[in-house]
Amino acid sequence: MATAELHAHDAHAHAHDEHEHHELGFIQKYVFSEDHKTIAKQYLITGIIWAFFGGGLSILFRLQLGFPDMNLEWLRPLLGGWIDESGKLDKEFYLALVTMHGTIMVFFVLTAGLSGTFSNYLIPLQIGARDMASGFINMLSFWFFALASVIMFSSLFIETGPASGGWVIYPPLSALPQAMPGSGLGMTLWLTSMAFFIVSQLMGGINYICTIINLRTRGMSFTKLPLTIWSFFFTAILGLLSFPVLLSAALLLIFDRSFGTSFYLSEIYIQGEALPNMGGSPILYQHLFWFLGHPEVYIVLLPALGITSEIIATNARKPIFGYRAMIGSMMGITLLAFIVWAHHMFITGMNPFLGSVFMFLTLIIAVPSAVKAFNYITTLWKGNIIFTPAMLFSIGLVSLFISGGLTGIILGNSALDINLHDTYFVVAHFHLVMGAASFFGLMAGVYHWFPKMFGKTMNRTMGYIHFWCTFVGVYCVFFPMHYIGIAGFPRRYYSFTALANDAQNSFTDLNMFISIAAILTFSSQLLFALNFFYSIFKGKRATQNPWNSNTLEWTAPIELGHGNWEGEIPAVYRWPYDYSKPGSASDFIPQNVPFSATPESNLPEENEEIAKEKEIEGLLETQNGVYNH
Amino acid sequence: MTTDLENINYIDEPKETLSMNPKKFLLWLFIVSIMMMFAAFTSAYLVRKAEGNWLEFKLPVLFWYSSAVLLISSISMHIAYLAAKKDNINTLRIAISITFVLGLVFLVMQLFGWKELVAVNVYFVGNPSGSFVYVFSGLHGLHLISGLVVLCFAFVSAFRLKIHAKALNQIQICATYWHFLDILWLYLFFFLIYNN
Ligand code: HEM
Ligand SMILES: [Cu+2]
Repeated sequence: MATAELHAHDAHAHAHDEHEHHELGFIQKYVFSEDHKTIAKQYLITGIIWAFFGGGLSILFRLQLGFPDMNLEWLRPLLGGWIDESGKLDKEFYLALVTMHGTIMVFFVLTAGLSGTFSNYLIPLQIGARDMASGFINMLSFWFFALASVIMFSSLFIETGPASGGWVIYPPLSALPQAMPGSGLGMTLWLTSMAFFIVSQLMGGINYICTIINLRTRGMSFTKLPLTIWSFFFTAILGLLSFPVLLSAALLLIFDRSFGTSFYLSEIYIQGEALPNMGGSPILYQHLFWFLGHPEVYIVLLPALGITSEIIATNARKPIFGYRAMIGSMMGITLLAFIVWAHHMFITGMNPFLGSVFMFLTLIIAVPSAVKAFNYITTLWKGNIIFTPAMLFSIGLVSLFISGGLTGIILGNSALDINLHDTYFVVAHFHLVMGAASFFGLMAGVYHWFPKMFGKTMNRTMGYIHFWCTFVGVYCVFFPMHYIGIAGFPRRYYSFTALANDAQNSFTDLNMFISIAAILTFSSQLLFALNFFYSIFKGKRATQNPWNSNTLEWTAPIELGHGNWEGEIPAVYRWPYDYSKPGSASDFIPQNVPFSATPESNLPEENEEIAKEKEIEGLLETQNGVYNH
Repeated sequence: MTTDLENINYIDEPKETLSMNPKKFLLWLFIVSIMMMFAAFTSAYLVRKAEGNWLEFKLPVLFWYSSAVLLISSISMHIAYLAAKKDNINTLRIAISITFVLGLVFLVMQLFGWKELVAVNVYFVGNPSGSFVYVFSGLHGLHLISGLVVLCFAFVSAFRLKIHAKALNQIQICATYWHFLDILWLYLFFFLIYNN
């Protein structure tokens, strides 16, 4: 087929007459865009805004925890009635803050902001596709997320306050409007928002899976996929299988709240009155919730791990160590993620035998996790390391993943977890391994792909300062929490000074230290925001392949149009990690360079691949067919 | 881990790359997510039932008849597909219409099934064993309505002559979804019969 016929046709029905040089109106180009790159940027910017917001909430409650006697009168212009007469944070509002912080960070920043940005941006560009399988569903996915965001945001401004039962919203607390102010309208808005959010994530995930399977360029077999794509693939599978379960849980909760059913409620006295609900089970909710809840932590973490693999290999100028082991361990993590949920429920009075089954399964996760950690370290080992800001954040992720993962092994033991459950020890664990690690992956990804996304470069020095402040800061914030947790301080408590005969008083200083560290770390993120937005407009122009990377996105032009590549999509002949290959003059060989062009560095089995190159070229017509059907 | 690696080798075929129709694949993924949702409901049912305090009652007899209607609608859906394959546009239009009407009849019968439940004092609000029946049939009904919408689109396309032997994608997608909704209901129904 003549190349002249190859236009940037979308794989979806409406795009037949849309050519790449066709100028779209402002609305179609920047608002209701069906272009995966624009949608990715929309996700990224929304995610960044949410991150500042969610982070800001945590500063508010850290003020209360670190300085319980402080007069917060100066916050009244901002918080109004949530500062009580004595100038302190309202107790109910404290719970609302914790809840909203968790919800925003887990779902809106690290799920939507991370997967939404990088799956959307990188999947088509790294597998060699013109766009997602369905640009329309992709657009809907973002706008459902935007709607969910608006609803969640608005719930902060209602009189009874937003949802306050924790991000896990366990009934009966969340099911009974009279239980606490936040369980009224706030909870209704929370549930509505999350229903839209789930729909949004499902639409996104379906698209990612379908695109990866069906729209790879010729020659891009599964064993030539970059690890980023593998991680997005597993993430999408996790979401596809677990988010519907959360929807089920939420629906039953909605029925309990609004229609009077008793799925989760039974024999409850509230305000001296017996409720009519009989026969429900609150534990049932926990099972349903954690069936999503545990996979969710990997939905958050896997994309960050994929991004890290890519960045570490590129900047260590070495092939990734154990490519197949990396895929295998991600597959193992994906499978295990579905059968460990009850480790969040050791104290619900479950059968101890069942508890030990879940304990065993949970501890097995340590194996694939350790494989990944070792592979990162061995990739770095004796590498020709280039410390870009993205690389520093990736190495930071490895560090956080290890120090946070170790405490997972402690918590995974049911006998220990019964003591540590719902203490600050758990908070320390999951913030290091999930919160901070994924956040570092997000940052690494932004620094690394910024030149591709915006055609500009970010300021390096500011990147370095940002990294060191964040890295040191995160450890200062979360490491001391282990000690506070072991000492028995429970999470989601407004105040601890009167707890257990003032036993916690000796931790006042440590709590103050954590709060100060948190404020400094949070403030240093402003550096990032400044660098990010300034560079979009005023940054230095980027080169086409600034990190000398092998993956396909760097073969696309700097100014990316609709359809990504101007002519034919490049074919793929080799895996993405041919860095510093012996015999080769250049220290990287991009994926679209055929083996026949590099006889000096080919291994014997790669010379055999040369015969297959014709076959790969022969697929061009089939490929064009996909875009012209 | 060796088994994982074998799996990877298994799909490592360059020709596989571009062979599937993305839209049909999207549909299958969508079906998977619906299946997970109902799998969650039925698992919740079992978990809750195991805890005791479980009201036992007879399922509406009407559900048997409505199931039969839905089965027949699947047959007419298949006839529509076969007709499209043979470019038999008239039969196609008639068969789609019949499927649509049968779908509506099914929904009405489900409603009357609920009436039967009410007659034996099983309400949406009450012991979860009854509430679950309403949730199963109600949410399945909602999905069936979405199936009816898909049918409408197919119907319009059939009239505009956009479905024929060389353009089968739409009718295939429509048929797959419809058969899935049929099987989903049969699963829920037999699940209830077996576990009531
Ligand atoms: C590697 C990625 C991991 C992530 C992202 C992660 C994330 C989380 C999160 C968010 C929680 C908090 C649950 C709550 O709100 O109560 C948590 C708790 C827990 N994690 Fe992890 N975790 C990871 C690894 C591990 C590992 C390797 C283990 C065990 C070997 C583990 C065992 C546990 C246990 C047992 C709990 C429950 C603690 C409790 O509720 O008292 N986690 N994890
Ligand atoms: Cu878990």
